Amino acid sequence: MLNVENIRQDFPMLQGKMMQQHPLIYLDNGATTLKPRAVIDAVVKYYEEYGANAHRGDYDLSYFVDQEYQQTREDVAAFLHAESEEIVYTSGATAGLNMVAYGIGERLLQEGDIVLSSEAEHASCVLPWMRVATKCHASLAYIPLQEDGRIDMDMLEQMMNERVKVIALAHIGNVLGYIAPMKEICALAHRYGAIVVVDAAQSAPHMPIDVKDMDCDFLAFSAHKMCGPTGVGILYGKKALLAQMEPMLLGGDSNARFDVCGNIQLKDAPYKFESGTQPIEGIFGLHAAIRYLQAIGMKEIHRYEQQLHAYAVARLKQMDNIILYNENNDTGIITFNVKGVFAQDAATFFNANGIAVRSGQHCAKLLNEVLQTSATIRASLYFYNTKEEIDRFLAVCANATMETCLDVFF
Amino acid sequence: MNNFMNDPMMLRSIIMDHYEYPRNHELKKEDGYLQKHMASESCIDDIYVQSKITDGIIEDIRFDGVACTISTSSTSIMSELLQGKTIDEAKKIIANYYQMIDGKDFDENVLQEAIAFHNVGKQANRIKCATIGWKAMEELIEESEAKK
Repeated sequence: MLNVENIRQDFPMLQGKMMQQHPLIYLDNGATTLKPRAVIDAVVKYYEEYGANAHRGDYDLSYFVDQEYQQTREDVAAFLHAESEEIVYTSGATAGLNMVAYGIGERLLQEGDIVLSSEAEHASCVLPWMRVATKCHASLAYIPLQEDGRIDMDMLEQMMNERVKVIALAHIGNVLGYIAPMKEICALAHRYGAIVVVDAAQSAPHMPIDVKDMDCDFLAFSAHKMCGPTGVGILYGKKALLAQMEPMLLGGDSNARFDVCGNIQLKDAPYKFESGTQPIEGIFGLHAAIRYLQAIGMKEIHRYEQQLHAYAVARLKQMDNIILYNENNDTGIITFNVKGVFAQDAATFFNANGIAVRSGQHCAKLLNEVLQTSATIRASLYFYNTKEEIDRFLAVCANATMETCLDVFF
Repeated sequence: MNNFMNDPMMLRSIIMDHYEYPRNHELKKEDGYLQKHMASESCIDDIYVQSKITDGIIEDIRFDGVACTISTSSTSIMSELLQGKTIDEAKKIIANYYQMIDGKDFDENVLQEAIAFHNVGKQANRIKCATIGWKAMEELIEESEAKK
């Protein structure tokens, strides 16, 4: 059982931080997460005790940086059940997803080919493919969603044919929070020779991931959504596919040698994708974050968030002033509106009560037609949120009306 | 400061009235209107503001689009307040409005119902909602002056 009170002691932001004269209740974990002391210390430790670049120096400090750099890669690989040479450092999920679209999509797609995605996708998952498909005279088609917003697997099966070369989907959607049946999707895709690119930005922080069992071809996520620093992320790719993939950037560290005739010999993956100095302090921080999450246990985290979510949803459903869009989802994402109040006005009311939630389209602008609203409020939970915080959140929900939402301006 | 400004019920009813029944809330297709589209990535607001400015007089202001309570009502109030004013008068009112939003001294008499937003800065991330329509109008005035 997860000990939330102990866990909260690890987070400086949870030690009495106030917002609008109320203790901060941070429910915007889908956007980014708070950092435990161990991660902050790891970042600082790089600057205070290491200082040197990786792969560059013939001296002890640089050697120690290399060791930590490589150990992180191995530990990330273990976290995903992958091999370390399948782990590429990136600047985040967005970079990883773009690298795949440009690096392999452009080589794979011929005129008339099809990329499949869905209308629930985050911009970072769908926009790179929109551009690459256009460039290759291929098309991007959207797998229809069921009424509740889940991927319609029957429709996906009907849409599959030999022209489908890529399926790009979120493992967990950032607006509705459903877990896509990725193993099933990968098996189906592979029967037709398509590759599957998984946006794991909302799943890797919240549940166990086994890329071998899932059998996905690529998977990307960001450190900052899992207690790590901003500016660093991971792209997993199957070894054979990474070997075929072209790097978007060339520069120092990614090449083995080059000459004046224009011959460039790139290093093998993952190094050929890591031109230039990587965010070393971020990698140190990512390492600490992964260790921190693993010490708690990804299964435990997932289970705890589901419990907290079920507790919140059971009560929200009883409130006449709340419209809930995803009561049956599988994760800690609660998407709702206050009846008759524009999402941003309601979010301001939460702010006035010390609660951080997000209003808007959550970077998934195609979804609004499915939900039939121009904007929603999203409360997204993490393992450091408590039942008491949820009670406070529920009390604010119950009290939200047009009048109370406007009163915070006077 | 008059009592009206410290009466939250009164100020709230002004905002709700302009949100539920926005004034000049229909765009015109006829000639003579300048138009500005205001949309930002960080915010949901996506509005169009039009103005017909002839010989230095603001003859008409119109707006439409998807927007929150604060941006809809502040734009609606602006559209009533600046209509029929000269460019110079309008500039003075707009300057006073920004002064108020920034928490500085301002002339409440020229702002009339717009004083409903005098505390919007308490919710810092909403200042842009309270000024989006006003910024559009400011740009339309500049555009009309540049055309001369």
